[in-house]
Amino acid sequence: MSVQFLGLELAHPIVNGSGTYDAIAARRAFGDALLERFPFSAFVSKTITLQPRAGNPPPRLYETPAGLINSIGLPNKGLRGYLAHDLPELARLPVPLITNVMGSTAEDIAALLEAVDARPEVAAVELNVSCPNVKTGLDIGADPRELEAVLGRVRPRTAKPLIVKLTPNAADPAAAAEAAEAAGADAVALINTLRAYAPHPRRASAPWLGGGTGGLSGPAVRAVALAQVRAVAQRVAIPVVGMGGVQTGRHAADLLEAGATLVAVGTESFRDPAAAERIRAELDDLFAKSGQNAPGHEWSARMSR
Amino acid sequence: MSDRTLAPFGRRGVEVAERRELGAYVVLTARDPDGPPPRPGQFYMLAAAERWGGGEDERPFLPRAFSVLRAADGRLEFMLEAVGPGTSRLCDLRPGDGLWLTGPLGVGFTAPADGGRALLCGGGVGTAPLAIWQDELLAAGRPAPALLGFRDAAHAAGAALLANPRVATDDGSAGHHGLVTELLARELRSASRTTVYACGPPAMLEAVRALCAARCVPAQLALEAGMACGFGACFGCVVPTGDGGYVRLCVDGPVLEAATLAGVPAH
Repeated sequence: MSVQFLGLELAHPIVNGSGTYDAIAARRAFGDALLERFPFSAFVSKTITLQPRAGNPPPRLYETPAGLINSIGLPNKGLRGYLAHDLPELARLPVPLITNVMGSTAEDIAALLEAVDARPEVAAVELNVSCPNVKTGLDIGADPRELEAVLGRVRPRTAKPLIVKLTPNAADPAAAAEAAEAAGADAVALINTLRAYAPHPRRASAPWLGGGTGGLSGPAVRAVALAQVRAVAQRVAIPVVGMGGVQTGRHAADLLEAGATLVAVGTESFRDPAAAERIRAELDDLFAKSGQNAPGHEWSARMSR
Repeated sequence: MSDRTLAPFGRRGVEVAERRELGAYVVLTARDPDGPPPRPGQFYMLAAAERWGGGEDERPFLPRAFSVLRAADGRLEFMLEAVGPGTSRLCDLRPGDGLWLTGPLGVGFTAPADGGRALLCGGGVGTAPLAIWQDELLAAGRPAPALLGFRDAAHAAGAALLANPRVATDDGSAGHHGLVTELLARELRSASRTTVYACGPPAMLEAVRALCAARCVPAQLALEAGMACGFGACFGCVVPTGDGGYVRLCVDGPVLEAATLAGVPAH
């Protein structure tokens, strides 16, 4: 069930959500088996910023009913560190590489896009306009006009396909998706984590998370993801990468039916490093059983665009 | 020998072979015929195959990390104490029940320099990685005396997992009445060429770190932190290092050289 996506021929529609899989660390834990059974058809890097970031103080995690709140704070080596140390490693993965970047000004974003544009190892760029747990703010993804203005300025800085990772913490994510499309985005990805708060179990009025607030992911957000992906896919013609609480092939199929071209697995990989491999196999089975006239036909139409 | 055994990729379904109670603890044995032998100090992510979720606060959702207690003949032992929805569910497992397992993960202990002495210091469930480590040291003909601290006599039953330990309890109901780090301080007075290996609650590890730093004794600490994945994906299990950054316990630890840490965080 190969998929055309932004000019890339992907082996199947399952990718990873940015920041939910560190392929370099995973190779240290699992060795070459990771490469031999690489579970994603494209690899999305964690978010890269211009300057290095240490990330938020711990605690960074809080388990909820059927989910997880994280307050990681986008730790990364910064653009130079990424290009020098991580990119050569990620280029050895057996799938195309999508580099996720975030900047707090249009100038920063432009610098990131230009630097990545010069690297042939990068197949596409994903722009994070949505991470809710970083205090640096400028939640440009929440306001469609702001998003269109910023994208309009940075879009010309790269010839690579540009995916905009939308924020779910907005009044109208579909309007933001339309703004992204109008400003030249080649695809949109959603949902990012939902802003969430965890009370400290022992200290009154204190947050548990070192970063104060965090982002909720996992099965707890699946129904929200379905609604937002459906709403966005109805409003834009560009492809949609759908994610949010996917644990099974059925969940992936639901997002494809909602209009997604690709489906990303995130939190479920924490529970099983090879979860995406199982999800793809389950999706294959559903696809095979559905034949040409059942929902599978719809999916293949979606997937070929 | 490398202090890291690579894990098979992905979680695997295994079966609980045995469950025995040891005072306040449960020792769970899992059949893992296809898994590689772990290094002492490495850990596994565990989750019950059934009813993982639906406990207190509808949890657990994520797997839980446990240092391996012992490993032999395709069987893995883990030392558990029911302190929350995850550990409670795991403690309820019975022989024949299914268990999801990923590992071995992380890096384990490294042996002291030639001619040096190992001194093990544990607290509570932190006893677990010291048992497999003491086995290996003793098998290599190296002495490995152990100091273990527990809350009370019911928990001190866990001391039986090691050979010839000296025990301290908070309430004095077994062994020395006081902290295990008091035993350690005494032991380090006469120590020469000693490496301390420690695992236990944060306050104990911080005391071990400070004690060893003051006496210029190298120490390897097996730490614990809230962890979602165990293989470097989530960036949740960080501890601050002396250089102002963070390391992930799951891929850079859980065993860390004490000298690299600014302190052992309370969480």
